Amino acid sequence: MSDRAMIQIENVSKFYGIYKALDDVSLSIAEGEFFSLLGPSGCGKTTLLRSIAGFENPTTGEIYIDGVPSLALPPNKRPTNMVFQSYAIFPHLDVAENVAYGLKRLKLSPEEEKKRVGDALDMVRLSGLGRRKAHELSGGQRQRVALARALVMRPKVLLLDEPLSALDKKLREEMQVELRTLQKAVGITFILVTHDQYEALALSDRIAVMFDGRIAQIATPKEIYQRPRTRKVADFLGGMNFLKAKVLGEQGNAVSIDTARFGAVQLVKPQGFATSDGHVTVGIRPERLRLLWDDDRAPHELAGRIENRAYFGEVTHLTVGIDGLEQPLSMVETNNFGADDLPIGAEIRLAYDPEAFVLLAEDPPVSRL
Amino acid sequence: MSLLTQRLRFIPFLPIYVALYFLFLYLPILLLPIFSFNNAATTTFPLAGFTTKWYASLSGNSVMLEAAWNSLIVGLSVSLLSTILGICAARAITRHRFRGQRAAAGLIMAPLFLPEIIVAVSLLMIVLAMGVELSLVTVILGQTVFCVPYAMSVLVSGFEGFDRSLEEASYDLGETAIGTFRRVTLPVVAPAIVSSLLVTFTISLDEFILAFFLSGTEPTLPVYIWGQLRFAAKLPGVLALGTIMLVVSILMLTLAEILRRRAERRTQLAHALP
Amino acid sequence: MTAAAFGPIAETSSPSRRRAWMRSEEARGLAMISPTFLYALALLFLPVLIVIAYSFWTQNYLEIDRTFTLENYRQALTEPIYRDLFVRSLWISLTVSVVTVVFSYPVAWFISFHGGVHKNLWLFLITVPCWTSYLLRVMSWKVILGYGGVMNTGLISMGLIDKPVTSLLYNSNAVVITLVHSWAAFAILPIYVSLQKVDRTLIEAARDLGDNRIKAFFRITLPLSLPGVISAFLIVMIPTVGDYVTPRLVGGKDGVMIATAIQAQFGKAANWPLGAALSVTTMVLVSLSAAAVVLALKFAIRRIK
Repeated sequence: MSDRAMIQIENVSKFYGIYKALDDVSLSIAEGEFFSLLGPSGCGKTTLLRSIAGFENPTTGEIYIDGVPSLALPPNKRPTNMVFQSYAIFPHLDVAENVAYGLKRLKLSPEEEKKRVGDALDMVRLSGLGRRKAHELSGGQRQRVALARALVMRPKVLLLDEPLSALDKKLREEMQVELRTLQKAVGITFILVTHDQYEALALSDRIAVMFDGRIAQIATPKEIYQRPRTRKVADFLGGMNFLKAKVLGEQGNAVSIDTARFGAVQLVKPQGFATSDGHVTVGIRPERLRLLWDDDRAPHELAGRIENRAYFGEVTHLTVGIDGLEQPLSMVETNNFGADDLPIGAEIRLAYDPEAFVLLAEDPPVSRL
Repeated sequence: MSLLTQRLRFIPFLPIYVALYFLFLYLPILLLPIFSFNNAATTTFPLAGFTTKWYASLSGNSVMLEAAWNSLIVGLSVSLLSTILGICAARAITRHRFRGQRAAAGLIMAPLFLPEIIVAVSLLMIVLAMGVELSLVTVILGQTVFCVPYAMSVLVSGFEGFDRSLEEASYDLGETAIGTFRRVTLPVVAPAIVSSLLVTFTISLDEFILAFFLSGTEPTLPVYIWGQLRFAAKLPGVLALGTIMLVVSILMLTLAEILRRRAERRTQLAHALP
Repeated sequence: MTAAAFGPIAETSSPSRRRAWMRSEEARGLAMISPTFLYALALLFLPVLIVIAYSFWTQNYLEIDRTFTLENYRQALTEPIYRDLFVRSLWISLTVSVVTVVFSYPVAWFISFHGGVHKNLWLFLITVPCWTSYLLRVMSWKVILGYGGVMNTGLISMGLIDKPVTSLLYNSNAVVITLVHSWAAFAILPIYVSLQKVDRTLIEAARDLGDNRIKAFFRITLPLSLPGVISAFLIVMIPTVGDYVTPRLVGGKDGVMIATAIQAQFGKAANWPLGAALSVTTMVLVSLSAAAVVLALKFAIRRIK
């Protein structure tokens, strides 16, 4: 991955009538980066991807691909190629003909064309299946054909529109590993659209989380999971306990707050942080709370009682009621020590790390009209 | 439960009924070929022996051959015209959403829901009111109105599954709009188009009322047959001619059905998810 | 995404906006359908309008008098000959459509529920006879039902009767039989389509809740397939009312229908306005009776639940 920007999106908005599908989106994606657009359906992520590909015309703004302003270019003139959600395998052509489809325009010599098709099929591990028809392929194989067909064009950017959503869980996990390996091997920019947070976390160098046509946060997977900027981002990325807290004081980049029962905590101010009435929301992930057994002691602990329990195989999800808190806390405990055997109503103690709290900014109001 | 009712339960009433229904459907069209080979001028049982003389008599019948030629011209023109119009309408309906879509489609499909005589009478009136001479051209124009709904039904079912992302994938891989039409759209929907051509040709070949009202002095085959029906002696010849038309129709329909299914398989595949 | 469904909102007519509209979904859809639509407009809608216009005019030998008159309708509705033809045509088309739907329903049900993997083949076999020449099929029925025809000579040679039955041909029964045969596939297809849409688990749910097979059929399958029954009914009833070939070939004197009278006005009698008025009246009457039957059907189905 280099520092050179491969995709530069500047103030892109897309209106359908007065409905805002994209609302002033700006971002930059580096050469060789694996970048994900993550969000719920209808958040504008697919519209953004299709704008880069050239299938949507943003109402305002500009998209630079490798430094070239590209909005005026039709899809067939852009150095991007796409893997469609439905894969869009041409049903009247076999695998090799599908892969060679775009090469035909390049007027290569027959040997050169054959070699490039062969290489592309090797790369996605489909060698030997060149003569198969689309209907003779499994879902995973179709996806590989779609990948090979796009990569054989040697695009500067590969666009992937929910490429794994049609596969079953096991195959999806296999393909995730393969996709990441493939991206490292070809070294070009991949932009992935997905609504699956685990997929985005596992694959990406960076993730942009989108809501309501706007970008809520762009960061590395680790940062986005551990330091979500707003409550919505935190919620979308996984389980989170939200707590009301009172601001005690601000010093530069740090804020001291007081959360009922957890005591005073010093936290880093997120970007766009502001408090009007001296109250804020903080969050702590369920797995950052830990059960204390028998004589275990921790610097920060809290007493509570099990209200509910759900067994998930490798872990148990616990709901713990704490006196003085409006909402019970969720926590996740591995089943090494017998958390799955705790009776409901049992009195327990739990440990926490004040560092694990995240201060969350308010989400902007939703208005797409 | 008594033994009788238990026994009754095992009689496959419904399959027997369906078999009888099929017999009812096929009886009339099976009789034509049977009597066309019967060595008698009347259509009575028992059969009088095998002959091909009725077929032989057709080959020297210049009026009939003229009518057959007219039918061929009309059939080819109608199938081409109605399929082209059907393609436009089917594509508009399966690919685009616009106001007035239902109304437009309703008007185009209306001939299916109108007594044919009314369509024929109104066409006759407008043709004569405009001072146009009745000819094969007027038959072609009229039968096209009648055939477009059928073409459209065949084509809509062929286009319906055609995934828009197939065309987008083609643009994405560097192909132009014309190239995409030639390399993706046309090959994928080709079976549906051919199927529509065959179906509309068959309808035109067999269509009588519009041809009867609009053909003037140039009869098509059904109009010719109509003229022959008054003469009992001509019946066996008509039966032979009818048998040939029947075989042609069934062959074309079978071919159309095979192609339609292939089209369906292709387009279903194009967007089928595992 | 979902936003595409919102469509363009009313726009001001600046040139760039107009260009944007030209590229829009709506404009392309309209452009695409317009050749077919205009064709239907010119050769279907416009002619029907002219028929309606003519029905209010008068013919004086070769001249058309364009003063508005209801005289043609008075004739069409009061003269006994036309009144009888209307009544008979409506009665025959009603009988044909009821018989066709009732006899076709079990077949459609059988294909839909027991057709197995070859449903398409079954449907194809059903439609084949209907696609072959209408004229030839009617002619074939004439051969079957005639005095010296297949049915009579066949039954005689089997020894079941000893002299030909005369009541087979040249009456309205012969017309009904022939028309039922002609329209069978048109009734089966819509019924089949609506039966295919019936969620099979609904029937299982009804059985689970205590209905037997027959009850479940009347309470679930039949009401849910009603749209198919109604369209089958309409697609048979409306066109048959104006059938020309069948009454002429197998109807005899007793089976004449309104189309013969309409045709006569455009041929021998050469009274276009009266022919136009007869056509319009036919359409209005058949639409009204079809609407009445559809309402009755819906009402009956509601009672079953």
